[in-house]
Amino acid sequence: LVSLTVKSENVLRACCRHYGRPLASTVARSEHVTAGRRESEGDTQTHTLTHTLPGSVVIPRRAAWMKHRSPSEQHPGKRARVPAAAASTSRQDGMEDKAPPSNPRELTQNPLKKIWMPCKNGLPEKHISQRKGAYDGNHHPRPRMDTRPAPSLRVSVVSVVSVVCMTNCPTLIVTVGLPARGKTYISKKLTRYLNWIGVPTREFNVGQYRRECVKIYKSFEFFRPDNEEGLKIRRQCASAALNDVRQYLTEEGGQVAVFDATNTTRERRETIIEFAEQNGFKVFFVESVCEDPDVIQENIVQVKLGSPDYTNCNTEEAVEDFMKRIKCYENSYETLDEVLDRDLSYIKIMDVGQRYLVNRVLDHIQSRIVYYLMNIHITPRSIYLCRHGESELNVNGRIGGDSGLTPRGKEFAKKLSQFIQTQGISDLKVWTSQMKRTIQTAEALNVPYEQWKVLNEIDAGVCEEMMYEEIQEHYPLEFALRDQDKYRYRYPKGESYEDLVQRLEPVIMELERQENVLVICHQAVMRCLLAYFLDKTAEELPYLKCPLHTVLKLTPVAY
Amino acid sequence: MIVMVGLPARGKTYISKKLTRYLNWIGVTTKVFNVGQYRRDATRSYNSFEFFKPDNSEAMKIRKACAVAALKDVCDYFTRELGQVVVFDATNTTPERREVILGFAKENGYKVFFVESICDDPEIIAENIKQVKLSSPDYVDCDKEEAVADFLKRIECYKMTYVPLDDNKDRNLSYIKIFNVGSRYLVNRVQDHIQSRIVYYLMNIHVTPRSIYLCRHGESELNLVGRIGGDSGLSARGAQFACALGTYMRGQCISDLKVWTSHMKRTIQTAEALGVQYEQWKALNEIDAGVCEDLTYEEIQENYPEEFALRDQDKYRYRYPKGESYEDLVQRLEPVIMELERQENVLVICHQAVMRCLLAYFLDKSA
Repeated sequence: LVSLTVKSENVLRACCRHYGRPLASTVARSEHVTAGRRESEGDTQTHTLTHTLPGSVVIPRRAAWMKHRSPSEQHPGKRARVPAAAASTSRQDGMEDKAPPSNPRELTQNPLKKIWMPCKNGLPEKHISQRKGAYDGNHHPRPRMDTRPAPSLRVSVVSVVSVVCMTNCPTLIVTVGLPARGKTYISKKLTRYLNWIGVPTREFNVGQYRRECVKIYKSFEFFRPDNEEGLKIRRQCASAALNDVRQYLTEEGGQVAVFDATNTTRERRETIIEFAEQNGFKVFFVESVCEDPDVIQENIVQVKLGSPDYTNCNTEEAVEDFMKRIKCYENSYETLDEVLDRDLSYIKIMDVGQRYLVNRVLDHIQSRIVYYLMNIHITPRSIYLCRHGESELNVNGRIGGDSGLTPRGKEFAKKLSQFIQTQGISDLKVWTSQMKRTIQTAEALNVPYEQWKVLNEIDAGVCEEMMYEEIQEHYPLEFALRDQDKYRYRYPKGESYEDLVQRLEPVIMELERQENVLVICHQAVMRCLLAYFLDKTAEELPYLKCPLHTVLKLTPVAY
Repeated sequence: MIVMVGLPARGKTYISKKLTRYLNWIGVTTKVFNVGQYRRDATRSYNSFEFFKPDNSEAMKIRKACAVAALKDVCDYFTRELGQVVVFDATNTTPERREVILGFAKENGYKVFFVESICDDPEIIAENIKQVKLSSPDYVDCDKEEAVADFLKRIECYKMTYVPLDDNKDRNLSYIKIFNVGSRYLVNRVQDHIQSRIVYYLMNIHVTPRSIYLCRHGESELNLVGRIGGDSGLSARGAQFACALGTYMRGQCISDLKVWTSHMKRTIQTAEALGVQYEQWKALNEIDAGVCEDLTYEEIQENYPEEFALRDQDKYRYRYPKGESYEDLVQRLEPVIMELERQENVLVICHQAVMRCLLAYFLDKSA
């Protein structure tokens, strides 16, 4: 059934300490979960194999390759395109093994991503996480395809084994805080960031569930602590949301769920912790604490007044009602406590980011989340994105290379300079790549600028400086593959959009820290950055419109 | 200026050195100024904890003078040697001392970021004393028990006047407070990019004992013919190495070893022979030799004589045409280092240039 290695045992023990549960019952639960998984037909979801780092590829050990193919994704005649939803056993090795493998596995290079994978019978066995098309354009999982075996391929299901291995389990982020403390702002932003770096994430806003349940919002009275009716409904909504969380994380391939609600009492948080433990989720709390009345007032004005709850109210009424709503929560608010909650993993954000208390960061993803949350700010500013001016290679219809600007391109640079001046921006930072065409464009602005190598255009490898027609002629297979999955397609000896996103993450992080910035970059790069700001999916990203000689001005507003 | 704060045996010097090593590796010129060192240079030899008693005015004079001397050297480092970051490693346990430093920094236009290490776990402190202090020059002629007893009294001297950074009074300062070797952090007013990176780094390091194994892939086909770069597979000898590596690693009996490779065939083939789960990182790919990929050194010298000469001049900063430099590699590898700091036992199967970069980080080698 479930074989636990030493490491898993230790981790389980640690988690038992964490949650104050005895080891035996936890082991029993994990076996239960495994059995449950085995039952669901075609369900090959396993959490053991999620990446340490977004962008890395995990290859499980040989002995556990499971040959379970999704026939619907086969393309007859194209040997490379059969994904195998492979799963390894739980064995987190542990070079404690005795016998070495008899024959090293054959390697084959996946033609789309150019990733070397072990293969069987000349066909690559793809890791489940590389299964294409698991998600549709809205980060929602596609409906499971029909998994009846195609007549031409033998499908052998070796075993569907997955272990609740805590090092790779899904994460439940739980917001905590009074109303108007920025919880939803943080939830949405964090979700957008995680999805962009490749971690499937979704937010669950309990207020939304409440609005669906209680069609019309009357007044703050609904939130009074002595309103039994209201409390019942609110508890039901939280449960419904948690149910959807469970579904997302266990059946729909989600990796992180953000549970956005006030969660201001220890009791409510205990319920959530129990829920997470039962399902093998790690919990990370994000509490926002703020006592500055100006900030709260600003929040209410920017965000709450436009809420569906207050569509038929005038501003003063709405503000007054909302203030009373906050009061309803204040009396029972139990902030995360340094002593009482010392075993929980959390970050407490105080006064809109002036101060942070970080407790027990457990793993990589929590560490990344903390880093991100500590770098974002809400100071109003604008980000300007544009490409370099027209280049010589552009004019010849060739991709890549490192050519200079054409006269038209130079003209754009001049116009850009004029435009920037009219914007009257104080303290504008200007960033370029290390390619001639962006630098020449920046030069025309006559201001200091910073060159970032990571802003360089996507490396088209063997296709550099070729025209699309030439590529089609000399590399027809590549040309076709690119069309199939433009996001994941990697040029031979080059990069993919997916690689670009990994490369650009430090740029995004620094953009979050900065205020007014102009980024002069390239088409593929600009698409990646734009996709982050506009919350576009991997499928949409490679097709975003970023024409030459166009500047996009991005100004964050309240959601 | 990064200013350490904390009682003795709280890991300040450990953090100072590690942080300095990291910052230098990512290209930020950094230097540690350890005031204890100045004290050892000023006083002929260490007698006992009595030197540190708060009522020992003679000693107080010397200690203050040492701090001032160190600050002067800090100034020199910034202005003459063009350093970017200084780590001022001392206890700095009183608000008065910290005021002096803040005043000095303000005068000279330096930003200040405090790093306070707070620990009340007696086991950790005892371990620190054992591992680090007993071998200090201060205790060279003492037996263990004497040394420990003396050091504990030394800590007591500081405790009397220790005022940690205060949530209220120091709310305008920029700092990070590290509690109990990293289980909790308090971060206040991070001002800029480098402080944000420092905080991220400090929050990812740990002191759990572990080992990191670094190796290259087995000999590859291109290695055999003296060509650089490319993506060839293992030669017969290379395959042999892979097997031997497997045997060796099994012999090490490591629990929960993580294995990382690049995206290149030769490292993956090497890992395959181990028969365990491994992770492929594109960031671990060998340095991109651009137009020189797949060439022999002779061919490079013949076809690109200027490039060949330039590379010899400054091998660290030299970038292959349409390729990368060692300096680029370091930037590319920073997330790998960060994750290595988070992890415990790891085997990294990579390439020559990549391995050099990683090794330079761990062994504190210069560019």
